[in-house]
Amino acid sequence: MSESQQHHQSPGSPPASGLGLALFWVYVLLYIGFMGLVLVRPDLLSLRPFFGVNLAIVYGMGLIAAAFVLAVAYMVLRSGR
Amino acid sequence: MLHETSIAAVTIFATFVLGVIGLSFFLGRKGQSASGYYAAHGQIHWFVNGIAFAGDYLSAASFLGICGMIAFSGYDGFLYSIGFLAGWVVALFVIAEPIKALGKFTFADALDSRFNSRGIKLSVAISTLVVSVFYLIPQMVGAGSLIKPLLGLPHEAGVILVGVTVTLIVVTAGMVSTTWVQFIKGSLLVFFCGVLTVLILGRGLAVNAGREGSENLTPQIRTVRPDGTVLVDGQPQSRDHDLRPVGTIIRLPERFAGQESTGPLGPLAYLATLEDSTIVTWATKKHADSEGVHTTYTPVERPGTELLKPGGFFKGLASGNLPDRLDFVSLMLALFCGTASLPHILIRYYTVKDAAAARKSTVVGIAVIGVFYVLTLYLGLGAMTSGALDPTDTNMAAPLLAKTFNETLFAIISAIAFTTVLGTVSGLIMAGSGAVAHDLVENVCGVRMTDHEKIRCGKLAAVGLGMVAMVLGILFRNFNVSFLVGWAFNIAASANLPALVMLLFWPRTTRQGIVAAVTVGMLASLTWILLSADTFEKVYGLSRDLALTPFSQPALITIPLGFLTLVVVSLLTPAPASLRR
Repeated sequence: MSESQQHHQSPGSPPASGLGLALFWVYVLLYIGFMGLVLVRPDLLSLRPFFGVNLAIVYGMGLIAAAFVLAVAYMVLRSGR
Repeated sequence: MLHETSIAAVTIFATFVLGVIGLSFFLGRKGQSASGYYAAHGQIHWFVNGIAFAGDYLSAASFLGICGMIAFSGYDGFLYSIGFLAGWVVALFVIAEPIKALGKFTFADALDSRFNSRGIKLSVAISTLVVSVFYLIPQMVGAGSLIKPLLGLPHEAGVILVGVTVTLIVVTAGMVSTTWVQFIKGSLLVFFCGVLTVLILGRGLAVNAGREGSENLTPQIRTVRPDGTVLVDGQPQSRDHDLRPVGTIIRLPERFAGQESTGPLGPLAYLATLEDSTIVTWATKKHADSEGVHTTYTPVERPGTELLKPGGFFKGLASGNLPDRLDFVSLMLALFCGTASLPHILIRYYTVKDAAAARKSTVVGIAVIGVFYVLTLYLGLGAMTSGALDPTDTNMAAPLLAKTFNETLFAIISAIAFTTVLGTVSGLIMAGSGAVAHDLVENVCGVRMTDHEKIRCGKLAAVGLGMVAMVLGILFRNFNVSFLVGWAFNIAASANLPALVMLLFWPRTTRQGIVAAVTVGMLASLTWILLSADTFEKVYGLSRDLALTPFSQPALITIPLGFLTLVVVSLLTPAPASLRR
């Protein structure tokens, strides 16, 4: 049975997967961590931990990369089920 | 600033636009049923749909707005990139698969799947229209900004050109042509932004943008007189006497002592070198008297460290002012929650065949959009130091940066920016026309229509929306497009997200709860925006001090208000039949 058929058979609302929600909360923590730094400890964002690039840019790019990595992990793990 | 029109630019631009219209007429033959018109028969390949997601999402705000904001204010523009991408995490992990399974043509179909309620269809259709219109404004403003330097035509001409072209695209073939326009636009946008980034890194950083002579550090004054004529430093504006382009490096780091240019730099070295450099930006100050409105652009030397950290645009981050900080948090919340609530993004889930395809296309979308947002940082910083910025127009940074390499690249980037607007506006008009024809006319008013009549009704709605978009694009011409898109995200997240999330995760949700949440979320966010300091200052031309809201971005208050409304109303009304059994 295809996934779409499975969904259409449900009379209520098809829930998002538990795996998806777990990965969602992982990302939310990363996002909140970034916002916390911006709001509470902006001085730390001026540190330059990565080849002279400051933490503001490293963390920002890291959030973009993390979204992609988690998305690929989700796709692979869901396909394997 | 006045810009010269180049034949090459006009030719490349015309080729792009005519190519897109030709493709639409070609694909028009495939959209002959309502399912074809509104959802491309659900037969779009997931990879194509993923790129089309990028084409749909990477609007004028992402390309013109973010690049401009980084070029003018530094790092804070990149915060928009981060927020815009983070929203896709919500879309993929929470919304994508359920929304695919629940809906048919429109977002209202999904929210109403359990209840078959006219109230839900009506409230969601109205919220779809409001969000689409608010999202349309910045796209049209972006089009108007582009047309000035490209074709030498006034802002209004760009807005009308986009309005007419997009209406033609949507009317000819609906979702099929819209998808392919977005696919082509998404591919071209990311590819050429990549090319531009390689050129930026290859050129490296140079004092005074590599030009002879030192940067002029004297202020410039632009005066708009009551009769509409423009003066620059007291003399009538002309091509020979115009504002000087701005934005350069005045000092490179110690390790480049004695050098005028760094030569080629790697992606990380570029950022590190810029941080150690001193950059000339400018401060803008306006005042009015009997002779007109005077804007003074004063050059300001700033260290790179200051420009590459938060606080350049969101002043509260640096000052610690509480309302300003709340305004920032509210915006970032809206960006995070808004993507998965945008009707024109959600309807793209109906163009693929099943939930697995919806999931895979979202992953492709995240990859392409993520790469693009990384590139925006280089484009914005490249523009900031290119010595080519027009201080009167934040939205032209990326095309003017391309012009510093050559006219052809300027023409290509401008044409792509224009197709960027076309792609996004077509998606918005599709979502709006579906809301009018499918939700309002057919489902709410109960007008029975044949397949052919449904398509005709959708096309008429598309024409109407196109006209509304043109009028608003002219009225809001002086706004930064990223800023305007922030409003659309706030309204979408406040009106749609609470209902969508609770429908998926709380079985006690009732139809009355959904109607109330959508209505309250939409009206509260809209009212908040209309009473905010930004609107008082930039729309009404009044003092910010007269504003009735403590900060401008409403999401921090209105998203929780939407959730609260839904819970309270659901608990006060009879439980859904499925729970009573």
